[in-house]
Amino acid sequence: MAILVAFGSFGAGLLGALTGLGGGIVVVPMLTLLFHVDLRYAIGASLVSVIATSSGAASAYVREGYTNVRIGIFLEVATTIGALIGAALATLVPTSALAVLFAIVLLYTAWRSGQAKEEHLADTPHPWAVRMRLNGSYPTAEGEKSYAVQGVPVGFVTMFLAGILSALLGIGSGVVKVLAMDRAMKLPFKVSTTTSNFMIGVTAAASAGVYLHRGYIEPEIAFPVMLGVLAGALLGARVLARARTQWLRRLFTVVVAVLAVEMLYKGITGGM
Amino acid sequence: MKPASPDREPRWSDHAVEQLVGRLLQLGVLLATVVVIAGAAMLLATHGGDVMNFRVFRGESSTLRSVSAAAHGASTLDPRGMVQLGLVLLIATPVARVALTLVAFLVQRDRLYVVLTAIVLVLLLFGLFS
Repeated sequence: MAILVAFGSFGAGLLGALTGLGGGIVVVPMLTLLFHVDLRYAIGASLVSVIATSSGAASAYVREGYTNVRIGIFLEVATTIGALIGAALATLVPTSALAVLFAIVLLYTAWRSGQAKEEHLADTPHPWAVRMRLNGSYPTAEGEKSYAVQGVPVGFVTMFLAGILSALLGIGSGVVKVLAMDRAMKLPFKVSTTTSNFMIGVTAAASAGVYLHRGYIEPEIAFPVMLGVLAGALLGARVLARARTQWLRRLFTVVVAVLAVEMLYKGITGGM
Repeated sequence: MKPASPDREPRWSDHAVEQLVGRLLQLGVLLATVVVIAGAAMLLATHGGDVMNFRVFRGESSTLRSVSAAAHGASTLDPRGMVQLGLVLLIATPVARVALTLVAFLVQRDRLYVVLTAIVLVLLLFGLFS
């Protein structure tokens, strides 16, 4: 079983890296629907794999200068508080309700991945961004380019919600982070994706610490997931330049939509 | 932060900290992966043929529910303890990253970010050790 789980996780990590949507969101449905793993073990294993891929990828991005460490730290205050609250809520929310919530997030992800992304850059920064020195610059083909940060309070509150979702569902909640950083704070794509990735590890570590004490992190199920997703993500990052992402993105959207329907069905019929 | 001299980069400049943070994350993931693989190999060698059932949650009976329990399990070369220690090292990697940035902001005397980073670190330690 460990070998099968590792192969499945490898596929999730590969697809997640190639489409840029993260493999975490596929891991929990795969474990619960396909391998009939209890939702809590699935969440524990998924969180561990999220920490591995985010830290692995962040190590490269942060050194290349894309990541805005100050924005990361500031928003991590919101996501870690959210994650601890989410971990506390997890004991109160029935697993069937969690399955329905998961289905909603999956459907939203599928819908978002079908849409073209637009970069909205701002000319004037939010006053808080100036006071907190959040504005920065990043390397481009034409040299260092500076950017202004907008919507600081909205971004902070949205990240708090992203932290709660991350803990409740065992995901990186990249889709919500993109909402906060692309839409509200108007960061360039390269900066928002790398900074979001930088924060995901810290957010997941907050709830994973709590779940360790609750026995959600079961070594036999977590190790094939962690190693599989990490290997898949590493390979995905290698072949990214040569891959036909348009086609993969469509495949990913279909997979996510099918999983959403199944999660919804299980949640409503109480099969979780 | 002002550079110490025009032609030399200060040791704790933002750029230098980024390089250091990147190295730390890389090292943490590598170390955790090596420990997990070692434990997993032992686990598969001894219990490879066992049929496992994870349909039912029995978290309360698990013996590896803390940092110290995982470390103790690994020190006795228990395969499950070894894997769990690797997973704990992985969870500790972002925590170490936050601790390192805290030191950097302390050296830079960046008061606001010292406070923000300290809050994040306290929350993480609370989650991991409470």
